[in-house]
Amino acid sequence: MRLAEHKYRTTSRIAGQLLHVENVHAARIGEVVRVVGPDNIELEGEILEVAKGNVLIQLFGETRGFNLENAEIIFTDTIRQVPLGKDILGRRFNGSFQPIDGLPMFLASEWRPARGYPINPVCRLRPEEFIETGISAIDGLNTLVKGQKLPIFSCAGLPAKELVAQILQNAKLRESSKSFAVIFVALGLTFHEYSFYLKALQDIESEFVAIINMADDPVMERLMAPRFALTVAEYLAFDQDMDILVLVTDMTNYCDALREISNARKELPGRRGYPGYMYSDLASLYERAGRIKGSKGSITMIPVITMPEDDITHPIPDLTGYITEGQIVLSRELHQQGVFPPIDVLPSLSRLMQKGIGAQRTREDHRDLANQLYKHYAKGRELKKLEAIVGRDGMAEPDQLLLDFAAIFENQFIHQGTDARTIYKTLDKGLEILKAFNLVSDSFIEIQSEE
Amino acid sequence: MKTVTTGKIISISGATVRTDLTGLTLFERVSVGEQNLTGEVVRLEKDSTVLQIYEDPSGLGLDEPVKGLGVSLETTLGPGLLSVMFDGLQRNLDVLADKTGSFIHPIHLPSSLDLKKEWSFTPLVKNGVTVSSGDKIGYIDEGPFQHPIIVPPGKSGRIENILQGSITLEEPLCLLDNGYEIFGYHRWPMRIPRPYKNKISPQEPVITGQRIIDFLFPLARGGTSIIPGGFGTGKTILEQTIAKHADVDIVIYAGCGERGNEMSELIEEFLELEDPRNNCPLMERTVLVVNTSNMPVAAREASIYTAVTLGEYYRDLGFHVLLLADSISRWAEALREISSSLEEMPGEEGYPTYLASRLSSFVERAGIVETMSGDIGSLSMILSVSPPGGDFTEPVTQSLLRTAGAFLMLDTTLANSRHFPAISWVQSYSLYQNILEDYFREKFSEDWQNLRNRCREIMHKEESLKEIMEIVGIEGLQEQDRLVMTVAEEIRNSFLAQNAYTDDAFCDPGKTLDIIRSITELYLKEQNKKREKQT
Repeated sequence: MRLAEHKYRTTSRIAGQLLHVENVHAARIGEVVRVVGPDNIELEGEILEVAKGNVLIQLFGETRGFNLENAEIIFTDTIRQVPLGKDILGRRFNGSFQPIDGLPMFLASEWRPARGYPINPVCRLRPEEFIETGISAIDGLNTLVKGQKLPIFSCAGLPAKELVAQILQNAKLRESSKSFAVIFVALGLTFHEYSFYLKALQDIESEFVAIINMADDPVMERLMAPRFALTVAEYLAFDQDMDILVLVTDMTNYCDALREISNARKELPGRRGYPGYMYSDLASLYERAGRIKGSKGSITMIPVITMPEDDITHPIPDLTGYITEGQIVLSRELHQQGVFPPIDVLPSLSRLMQKGIGAQRTREDHRDLANQLYKHYAKGRELKKLEAIVGRDGMAEPDQLLLDFAAIFENQFIHQGTDARTIYKTLDKGLEILKAFNLVSDSFIEIQSEE
Repeated sequence: MKTVTTGKIISISGATVRTDLTGLTLFERVSVGEQNLTGEVVRLEKDSTVLQIYEDPSGLGLDEPVKGLGVSLETTLGPGLLSVMFDGLQRNLDVLADKTGSFIHPIHLPSSLDLKKEWSFTPLVKNGVTVSSGDKIGYIDEGPFQHPIIVPPGKSGRIENILQGSITLEEPLCLLDNGYEIFGYHRWPMRIPRPYKNKISPQEPVITGQRIIDFLFPLARGGTSIIPGGFGTGKTILEQTIAKHADVDIVIYAGCGERGNEMSELIEEFLELEDPRNNCPLMERTVLVVNTSNMPVAAREASIYTAVTLGEYYRDLGFHVLLLADSISRWAEALREISSSLEEMPGEEGYPTYLASRLSSFVERAGIVETMSGDIGSLSMILSVSPPGGDFTEPVTQSLLRTAGAFLMLDTTLANSRHFPAISWVQSYSLYQNILEDYFREKFSEDWQNLRNRCREIMHKEESLKEIMEIVGIEGLQEQDRLVMTVAEEIRNSFLAQNAYTDDAFCDPGKTLDIIRSITELYLKEQNKKREKQT
């Protein structure tokens, strides 16, 4: 502990949001600094590197107007903490965690470091409680469970936000759980998208916390906003026993911010210029989802990613897919066919589905039904490629049937417009299509819904 | 042993710290800062030393103390390891949870093993006997099996006094005439391979219970298989299924930079499932080394060395050990992160140039050996690789291809059509196939090789026919070829595919042989029928 705040005016270099200060006596990694600039603008920053008396500081906010003489740097001797308290619900903040809803800051009952600590793997509880999203392609074939992190891989121009809004609207989580809240993190969002999401959030009538970083807000804040949000989520989930859904959009902007800052720090670039530590950095966010023993709450995470050039092997979706428990992939082709939601179930996957479905959770025949739908649709899609070469008439009759099945599956099962389907309706729909094509396997045991 | 020396931190950049402390040795373990974070010496200079911190360095400040501990990073070896879950630095995660709760905070734990626990020790040698490195002096009853206590490598002497009955690890249980005390446990520097008398060339397979592996791409005891695959191709499920069913004595599972939820699933399943050979929970033959992706990166780098040292220890006790690591790519990325924070010159794709040599010396720690005491023990490895973008031309896969004996390539197309395990029968290979030929022939069936060749032949034929079929359609194929397509589909669906969630998850080689034999016999019969019809 230092007895007084240390102030310096020894800035030696400013580059973007990075500040070098000389002749510093005591500094810690991760220590928060306040920088007072021209016209008494005050910015916060964090210490990245210390080498003898030289300190490298990353600033949060706009550095325009700063020069080497007018910046006063105050070392606070604390690391970056997030204020927490029950009153946080219903509030909106910016990427520096300042309220932007016109109300004063809430009264914090405690403070925790924004970076968080890793969950001890032995304290994790296996995620297995089914969450009904009302969307057949997800509930039926890529089931979401409490505590899972399941990203949406979208492409520019596809209706990812409409899908997210529909999940919010329909998610049964909020009915089964008494205390449910959404934490919404906007990263580099345009005003158009922001107002869409805000309306969707206000429509659902459950409580939410929003942390908003707009497209013209400081890039550095994009790296902090999800960390603030997850610290809040951990507090609400594991201390207040709430079920929390964390919605982050758009992680592509986060990764671009990471690249920008890394480049400003003159670090070695990795694939496509993204830093080599991007995997670990993304993991430090995504892995904060989950459930822990001894707590009733949970953190479920749905990050939205826009795949640059529609390329799923691009480092951002690629590294994300290696960390998250599956992915929901949107398809341009289905979108053009007018299918909504345009989810391509073949590359989509939910790794935690096996534990979340079956008797007592959804319905006993769920697994069997999902496998059959999947198998025949995969076959049908493969035949579609063949059709493009030999033409429909050149194909055997059973193959033509599968082609029709794939088309009906897309138009009736995947496509559902804005209606919500219960899990029973989803399963019945799937069975109905299979039956219409005589594709139900002999070993299949039909289960009647209790609905 | 050197005395503890103290210095100060002069610079910090991420997890890389420079201290003015000199006189340390390379790879010496250090204690850094007021929180006593664990670190390792990575570079020595004339008036300063560069350290790598193995924990979250947040809050670390200038001028905080650095202590050299005079030893390198070590793994603690002895009874009490089984069914425990350790982190990359071999800290017991259950003990850690007691100390810091559900979230991991940097904290120093005195020992990886419970030194206070009472064990029952039965000596195998009497006072006056001369013993040397690796000799078994007795055993401790640990769960379902006897844990031999060996003379630590490099030590020898005549036994002056050996205890019997109830002991703890805290006290020596044997005194040698040269004053050396043998405890129930010892420590070994994790980056140095443990000694053995001779390496033997592999002759027996590890039966994994996966038909496609045992039949087409077998793994030898003491060999190494690699499993590269893009995300969603089922690497983790395959590794975990093998961990459950492989016919080995001890399983070391290293979860290196992977998902936390998967690990909790694994633990629960291992506690529920029984080892068919002794009806004890599978967990009792397993040691888990877990460093999930959000735990400190440097400890992730150390985790596979912790795991391999544990594996070698059980090998030295005369057991057959299987080390599964998921995934080596995450280890390589940790190496890259550390290397870049040390400002080393990068090689291909930013990986340090020593990536290939580190990997090959790691893989060489596998093997079947004659231990120092003359027993046979083996350490086999199955390593999963997560190539970025599913592109196998990347450096980690390529370096491993040069050292590993079997290559089980996971195919995204197969995974997308839900064919699991998604091992490609076209691109995979096993160099152990010829060595193991005799074993399979003697142990199972004379026509093992014939059947395998026939199965291969059909699958290859299907592959080339597929291309033709894409142009002319199935109707355009000749009758004989259409039969091949049908049989190949049957082989794919009821032989090569195996559901990890049903009883079919394990298939013994006898049954494997029965299935393939019945399919190929049917094929031959149909083929003959068609031929007769033609003539």
